[in-house]
Amino acid sequence: MSIQLNHISKSYKKVKAVQNISFTVEPGELFGLIGPDGAGKTTIFRILTTLLIPDNGSASVAGFDVVKDYKAIRNAVGYMPGRFSLYQDLTVEENLTFFATIFGTTIEENYDLIEDIYIQIAPFKDRRAGKLSGGMKQKLALCCALIHKPKVLFLDEPTTGVDPVSRKEFWEMLKRLQQKGITILVSTPYMDEAALCDRIALIQDGEILEIDTPEAIVNKFPKTIFNVSADNMYKLIQSLQNYEHLYSVFPFGEFVHYTDKRNFFEVAELKSYLKKTGLTDIYIETTQPNIEDAFMELAK
Amino acid sequence: MNEENVIVAEELTKAFGDFKAVNAISFEVKKGEIFGFLGANGAGKTTAMKMLIGISKPSSGQATVAGFDVYTQTESIKKSIGYMSQKFALYDDLTVKENITFFGGIYGLSRAKIKEKRTQLIAELGLENISNKLVGSLPLGWKQKLSFSVSLLHEPKIVFLDEPTGGVDPITRRQFWEMIYKAADQGTTIFVTTHYMDEAEYCDRVSIMVEGKIEALDTPKKLKEQFKVDSMNDVFLKLARE
Repeated sequence: MSIQLNHISKSYKKVKAVQNISFTVEPGELFGLIGPDGAGKTTIFRILTTLLIPDNGSASVAGFDVVKDYKAIRNAVGYMPGRFSLYQDLTVEENLTFFATIFGTTIEENYDLIEDIYIQIAPFKDRRAGKLSGGMKQKLALCCALIHKPKVLFLDEPTTGVDPVSRKEFWEMLKRLQQKGITILVSTPYMDEAALCDRIALIQDGEILEIDTPEAIVNKFPKTIFNVSADNMYKLIQSLQNYEHLYSVFPFGEFVHYTDKRNFFEVAELKSYLKKTGLTDIYIETTQPNIEDAFMELAK
Repeated sequence: MNEENVIVAEELTKAFGDFKAVNAISFEVKKGEIFGFLGANGAGKTTAMKMLIGISKPSSGQATVAGFDVYTQTESIKKSIGYMSQKFALYDDLTVKENITFFGGIYGLSRAKIKEKRTQLIAELGLENISNKLVGSLPLGWKQKLSFSVSLLHEPKIVFLDEPTGGVDPITRRQFWEMIYKAADQGTTIFVTTHYMDEAEYCDRVSIMVEGKIEALDTPKKLKEQFKVDSMNDVFLKLARE
């Protein structure tokens, strides 16, 4: 087991940040912690990287206990915190050299690991880190977290505030690192990134809602979902909320996702109900659930 | 000007030295429309928005917002718009009631109007039991919903939303979009800047900026058809990579 948590809890004064959390991450796995702000993701990262001592429970990383063997863990892991935490006044190259030196290595020694990321920022190696764009800062932070060839990589919301092009590139980099044998624990508030992980834990208010592969979580969704649209979105939602057979209705882009209390029903019946409420251009068709549907059902 | 257009931009440009951060963009936004304003980091979204809300003078081109000119009538523009972002929200050290009262005052509403709006808003959001709690103690989702309501206090013609639902849980985010649909249904125009493509899917029309220019502008459905993809995310990737 690369990462193991057994019944971990942590509170800050009266706030229960995480409650009785257990999960394991296998060697070489790309594991995602998926949940909104305040779910407890960062607390889990800080416990696993030995920056915070849990109130209850035990945890190990790369075979080392997070409390007893904290020094060994710090050498075995790379950590990219959510907030940019490199030295703004050092250049790109100076930052990288600094992190290599404190881990007792050199840039050359593990260059193969960071090469395809570093060459993208190498043209700016003499620029101060504080002057880089968001996407470049993120790539530098990743290089610094990798320079000592860690066994386990912790990435806390690496794609928050990053545009879709950079996000896509970042996930492609993670996949390549995984192929090099590095175990990765990554957190994100974006449900669409869940599908890119081997397994995910859905987390909310300090508790885990579900752990499984993204496909399995979606397949467990208990209801048939319908995409519904009409000429007026606001009135459509109101009409559906007043429908006697409604189970749930949520806006999903250009459609709403509708589920019905009954296992079987006539779509025509729903359509005629919506017509009676004054809506036009009514469209109803079944669709596949996604991770957000699953999350909302589990969080109910 | 067509009365139904609340924002009209023609060849709007902002240059910093030789660099054109916004390069001759033209578009219109209709009354009650939910308009998505998208682009990668550094594409020029923020610069364009600053010109529209009257805090940055254009280098060239024309624009009117709520019928007011962005060169000469910026104070009138500021009174006609609401603004909300994930970063600039409310005062954490004031209670829910105090925040509403404070912003009502800033917007120049009368005491009686503030009281009426405050009671109505607290009831609509179901905040009766926590109206005397500090805003800092509320969950992020509540803050965002409250913040949006506060931006509507002075009944602006247009509300500018800057990445409104980042980091919010999926259920709260949908309640948030229901509030947006309601405001739009009542005739308020919604101008959303974001680089999260799932927010783009909720808009009536979206524009996509690439390197200072608007490279695409249509309904999400038509853009997906045009680029032969299934999501706005893929539309964006195609545009930005070509």
